[in-house]
Amino acid sequence: MSEGTVAGHTLFSDPAVESIVSGLEKALGVPGGGLKRSSFRDNHRVWVEPARLASALKHLREAGMDLLIDLSAADYLGYQDAEHRYGVWYILENTSTGTRIMVRSWADDPSPCLPSAFDIWRGSDWMEREVYDLLGIQFTGHPDLRRILMPDEFAGHPLRKDYPLRGMGERHHFVPLARDES
Amino acid sequence: MPLKLADAIAAPDVEERECLWTLNFGPQHPATHTTLRLVLNLDGEVILKATPDIGFLHSGFEKLGEHLDFNQYVTIVDRMNYISPVANEIAWHQTVESLLGIDLTPRCKMIRVIFAELMRIHDHLLCCGAAALDLGAFTAFLYAFNQRELINEINEWASGQRFHPSYTRVGGLQRDVDDAWIGKVRGFMDGFIAAHNDVTKLLNRNRIFLDRCRGVGVLTKEEAINRSATGPVARASGVQRDLRRLRPYLAYDAIDFDVVCAEEGDCLARYLVRMEEMLESWKIIHWAIENLPGGPVNSEIDGRMVLPNQLSVYRSIEGLIHHFELNMTNRKWKPPVEELYTATESPNGELGFHIVSDGGPCAWRVRTRPPSFIHFSLFPHLAEGHAVGDVAAILGSLNIIAAELDR
Amino acid sequence: MEVSLPEDGFLVTKLDEVANWCRKNSLWPMAFATACCGIEVMATGASRHDIARFGAEAFRFSPRQCDLMIVAGRVVMKMLPVLQRIWMQMPEPKWCISMGACASSGGVFDTYAVVQGIDRFLPVDVYIPGCPPRPEQLIQAVLDLQDKVQKTGTFNAREFKSRTRPEGPRPLAMQLDMADQMVAPANYRTATRSWSVVPEVGNHAGESGR
Ligand code: SF4
Repeated sequence: MSEGTVAGHTLFSDPAVESIVSGLEKALGVPGGGLKRSSFRDNHRVWVEPARLASALKHLREAGMDLLIDLSAADYLGYQDAEHRYGVWYILENTSTGTRIMVRSWADDPSPCLPSAFDIWRGSDWMEREVYDLLGIQFTGHPDLRRILMPDEFAGHPLRKDYPLRGMGERHHFVPLARDES
Repeated sequence: MPLKLADAIAAPDVEERECLWTLNFGPQHPATHTTLRLVLNLDGEVILKATPDIGFLHSGFEKLGEHLDFNQYVTIVDRMNYISPVANEIAWHQTVESLLGIDLTPRCKMIRVIFAELMRIHDHLLCCGAAALDLGAFTAFLYAFNQRELINEINEWASGQRFHPSYTRVGGLQRDVDDAWIGKVRGFMDGFIAAHNDVTKLLNRNRIFLDRCRGVGVLTKEEAINRSATGPVARASGVQRDLRRLRPYLAYDAIDFDVVCAEEGDCLARYLVRMEEMLESWKIIHWAIENLPGGPVNSEIDGRMVLPNQLSVYRSIEGLIHHFELNMTNRKWKPPVEELYTATESPNGELGFHIVSDGGPCAWRVRTRPPSFIHFSLFPHLAEGHAVGDVAAILGSLNIIAAELDR
Repeated sequence: MEVSLPEDGFLVTKLDEVANWCRKNSLWPMAFATACCGIEVMATGASRHDIARFGAEAFRFSPRQCDLMIVAGRVVMKMLPVLQRIWMQMPEPKWCISMGACASSGGVFDTYAVVQGIDRFLPVDVYIPGCPPRPEQLIQAVLDLQDKVQKTGTFNAREFKSRTRPEGPRPLAMQLDMADQMVAPANYRTATRSWSVVPEVGNHAGESGR
């Protein structure tokens, strides 16, 4: 995958992706090759720190990445060599050229928090709510950040690694109904 | 201050009005097909504000994916979009195979193409039939279901289960198909065009159906892209995006077909795109079944990633050991410590899986990119300003599958 | 076949039996279809399988008109209070079929959100195994239920009066240590979830390394 290295990071071999990422570096004021990149099969990823994430996403939208394919996150608690607890990904595509890149960012306990992409892509609305619901990452600037899949009074975040698969007893706590009273 | 007429008739904000009526729709309602809830703020019959409430079928699919290995999880993805189960399996195993670096055999690719397209027909038939059912056209639903039963039989013949086949495996298929199966597919193909015509004749000139669909729930091209719509919903709004063309997977680069698009973006356009896509699928299956390559369906055994066939497990010690290795809890696959997102064009839109792997046989995190979830988030945008009766038309045209919506 | 009575003739039978006979041949199912099994319910009602042959084709989606609830598909935490409430809204006499592995036992979904069998919280009359059960199995279940109605039914539904205790297996709450539980009970009487018992929302699981 390597073509050349500047400032320590290997550039993408795909020129279309590389030109987008170098444009992003210019817009963020990072030296060329300053953002961490990696490729695996046809996925091209670029890491952006949370503080710069909002402006990076805005720039990418203006650079033509108009379709937000996916936004989600994972809990890396106990993952080998993980530096941060939560990793978040945004998969973006340019609908006219078909170029696809993945923007990665991260968040950490105790109050994981990232800027919302609500104003940039409306499609991020429910995806952010889902990440908030299942992993507990707050998105600042989201107008309606509520639980979406779990009941409102549910207390945990089920996709976190320290939440057990079979739950903490919530599914057992309902009132049983006898036949004569119903 | 002199009052102007414009002030008097201008609509006040949603919150300010006192005469509003709040209608709770669901979670158990026939037109939702499945379990979702809508809270509609109505002014007379006009929807001012629609608030969807989902999660009534959230069963922890993604969490389960962290505890089941790559072959076991196929039974779970089956149950995700349950009206086109094999399409999910193909998407899932495509990601796994891409992660493990397995190349499929030509025969396996072609059989998967046939199944993917059969599932597209399967899905669109139910979607169009049920949409018509909600709008009062019961007969079309019965015609559509008749064809679905034939596809269920094809599933059953190939895998033993008519509804949730769990047919794919890492690097191959559960078993090869036989000539009788090919005969069944041919038989289905022969009758399908007539059945498609029947449904078309029942609906395409049906005045009630047309009037209730035309101009309802319009989604513009910009909004479709901005709100992440994919698949038939986006194509009905003029977004020419089909992953089978954009990033050809399986054998699609060798197959000639058209991407069906429409401009209007209303319920009728979505219905027509689906009906037309079925004919394209028919063309693809027709080509694929004539050009079905021979040879094995499972990839070569080197790398020890693919389950061996039954005969070699029973008759040879190597096969037995190999089978054992892939089923022992502490052996199985050793994928690279990497992450991967790949997607397929499922009947409903872009269905992708994102696997985070920690080198073990189960994924560290499985993320599904569910088209239904994203399409349902369009609903408030589409419904506002329409009448209550249009809710059924819009829901029917979006094809929301609750298990995929909530996972 | 023609049955004719002589003029001013009469027929002697037990009131219970006529009532049962009427009831069993005109079951009005309410398909509480949540997931994949629901599609099989649709298939049962559609062409080819056609449940109308057994007098149970009048699917109604309003609980007030029905006397047979077919719970088809998994029921999750958010749905269970709704299910119980819908069951309470059905008029007597009423019966319940639990269709599929998920409704009967949780099936493949042994996860945090899925109720492990609706019979823990609801009285069930007939279970159907399978994932999903074939339409033929659903039809068989309806026939079995008809049998049950004919054999055990009474005119004024006395047979239900004796079933005063919850009938399913015991709730699984004791599986976990009290200390490990996060409890948020819900109530079918109001169909709302109680807000007063909510434990502190937020980063309960946040302290890593628990
Ligand atoms: S029993 Fe099987 S088919 Fe029925 S709802 Fe459960 S997973 Fe779906």
